[in-house]
Amino acid sequence: MEVEALLAWARGPGFEWALLIMFGGITLRLIEIATLGRKRDLSLPREGKGSGWRTIVSRFFSFPLLATTNVITYVAGYIFHLGLLIIIFFLVPHIEVWRGVLPFTWGGLPTTIIDLVTVLTMVAMGLLLFDRLTHPVKRLLSTAGDYLAWTVTFLPLLTGYCTYHHLFFDYSLLLALHILSVELLMVVFPFSKLIHALTTFSSRWFTGEQFGHKGVTS
Amino acid sequence: MSASLKRGLQAFDEVIDASVASFFSSCVHCGLCADACLFYTETGDPRYTPIYKLKPLQRYWNQHYTLGGKIASYLGLTTAVDDAELAEWQELIYNSCTLCGRCSMVCPVGNDLTAMIRKIREGMAAAGYAPEDLIAAAGRAVKIGSPMGVRLPALKAQAAHVEKDSGLEIPFDREGAEYMLLLSSMEIMNYPEYLEAVARIMKQAGKSWTLSSEAFEATNTGIQIGVSDIARTLVKRVVDAAEKLRVKTVISPECGHAYTAIRWDGPNLIGRPYPFEVLHILEVLEQFRLQGVLQLEGSESQRLTFHDPCQLVRRGGVIDPPRNLLRMVADNFVEMGDHGKMNWCCGAGGGVGANESAAELKMQAFQRKKRQISELGVDAVVTACANCRIQLEEGLEENEMDLPVLGLTELLAEHLPQREKGERG
Ligand code: SF4
Ligand code: SF4
Repeated sequence: MEVEALLAWARGPGFEWALLIMFGGITLRLIEIATLGRKRDLSLPREGKGSGWRTIVSRFFSFPLLATTNVITYVAGYIFHLGLLIIIFFLVPHIEVWRGVLPFTWGGLPTTIIDLVTVLTMVAMGLLLFDRLTHPVKRLLSTAGDYLAWTVTFLPLLTGYCTYHHLFFDYSLLLALHILSVELLMVVFPFSKLIHALTTFSSRWFTGEQFGHKGVTS
Repeated sequence: MSASLKRGLQAFDEVIDASVASFFSSCVHCGLCADACLFYTETGDPRYTPIYKLKPLQRYWNQHYTLGGKIASYLGLTTAVDDAELAEWQELIYNSCTLCGRCSMVCPVGNDLTAMIRKIREGMAAAGYAPEDLIAAAGRAVKIGSPMGVRLPALKAQAAHVEKDSGLEIPFDREGAEYMLLLSSMEIMNYPEYLEAVARIMKQAGKSWTLSSEAFEATNTGIQIGVSDIARTLVKRVVDAAEKLRVKTVISPECGHAYTAIRWDGPNLIGRPYPFEVLHILEVLEQFRLQGVLQLEGSESQRLTFHDPCQLVRRGGVIDPPRNLLRMVADNFVEMGDHGKMNWCCGAGGGVGANESAAELKMQAFQRKKRQISELGVDAVVTACANCRIQLEEGLEENEMDLPVLGLTELLAEHLPQREKGERG
């Protein structure tokens, strides 16, 4: 019974609180950034193909520019980002959740595929964690925030995987834990580096405009 | 808190804007910017990771411009930026960054790291943590008019030499001329051939031009050290002279940092657009080429490559002109692996070359360029920046590579038809 109550709380008030904190936090962070403003560039712009929009798109594919020694970051980085997107938007039960909040819906992918994607995503994240702990550059840069962000992103994958395969605990408890872990992710999102999912667009735009002003595509 | 630290932090307040806040918010600590930076790739020292060089500014922003950071400082969970931290970062911010801009091209979340390093230097300089050599150079630039202490008589003497050798006039303070030529001290003292080359090309093209005795030096130490007031004073000198002589176009010298300072930073420093145009000498030559007034003859058969000055390509947008111009006279021109907007820096820009405490590091950084050049098996390297040229010459010599380094403008002038040499009479 307690498990049922926990699940009900997670689905109801818990989810609402998480949404509220997430959207409140995002609004606050974006206001913190936007209110700082930016001076207009008074130098005469050069004609060229560079622009903020272009950089927003091009940085999704920045890897060919850099002959990097760090293959893990690129390969595992792509796999885990794409994996997350596929799982969040194409698992049928997730689509049901989206249907509750959006006026339209779409078709899902077979669960076996999602299952495979989940495993790949978790492996990729494991590699990235290993890399963070061992690569000299990443070790130097890493803060508690990086490990927190990793943990709150990994937990929903792990609990989701266990829920689907009925591992370790009873199904309702697993489902409750899964939903709670997503709610934790939502709460942490605005106040951690996870906010890059939104601010990367403004960052790329600023940089793309600045380079574009000089006629350089970036 | 010391008065100087306070000034430094106030400077941080002035440079933090929406872009900086967005950049710091976005960083995921992936470390990829390290792979773009020659100071990291050539030393393997993780402290030279571009985003790490910005740590004091990042911490200051977090503590003062985000709710989470404010709460953390209130609870005593973070320590404030202090003198010891800035002193420790001096080496990272000045010695190991040439403001080359390569890191800004690759950051997956889109951070313009170079722009932020330029900004953090404002705080460092205000707090008294700029390298001594740069402070001295900036002082000379303001007082004497040149960071290397080159005064007008020295330029006049060089001009007289050129006039004697070439039989051409080197005009000073000619009102209403179409072009006003700027030079860098390095060009005046080390490469006087440049001035002669420009004079000869102008003669052939039939263009009117002049030097100004009030503003002939374009190197902007204020930008390199990070003191906008000095940068503004130096830009203002050029603007005043150009307005007084009513020229249409001001020609930036080959020096890349001088170009970005006068072309891109200048109007923002003085707070208004210019009533004249600023072009890099290579852009002017490219226009002459397109107008058909740059007629060259003969060609180089030796195998040549071109070293892109960072401030011309990535930070300046002058990418195609040097290639178009070089092809006019070079039959055997080959590109380096990474070239154009993804070129590797020579290792001496952004004030590094003028900073004695970075002398050893800059030669280590040069290893990248050395490898790029040796891979090609070329007979000579062409470039278009006196500062890069000095570094290339020193670096090649130190690595016992016997290769000449040529200035593009001079190379072109050598191919002017003989009669254009302006032999007297
Ligand atoms: S590449 Fe960009 S996101 Fe990655 S560590 Fe450097 S600044 Fe941060
Ligand atoms: S601007 Fe160039 S030298 Fe400076 S940190 Fe970036 S890549 Fe390194």
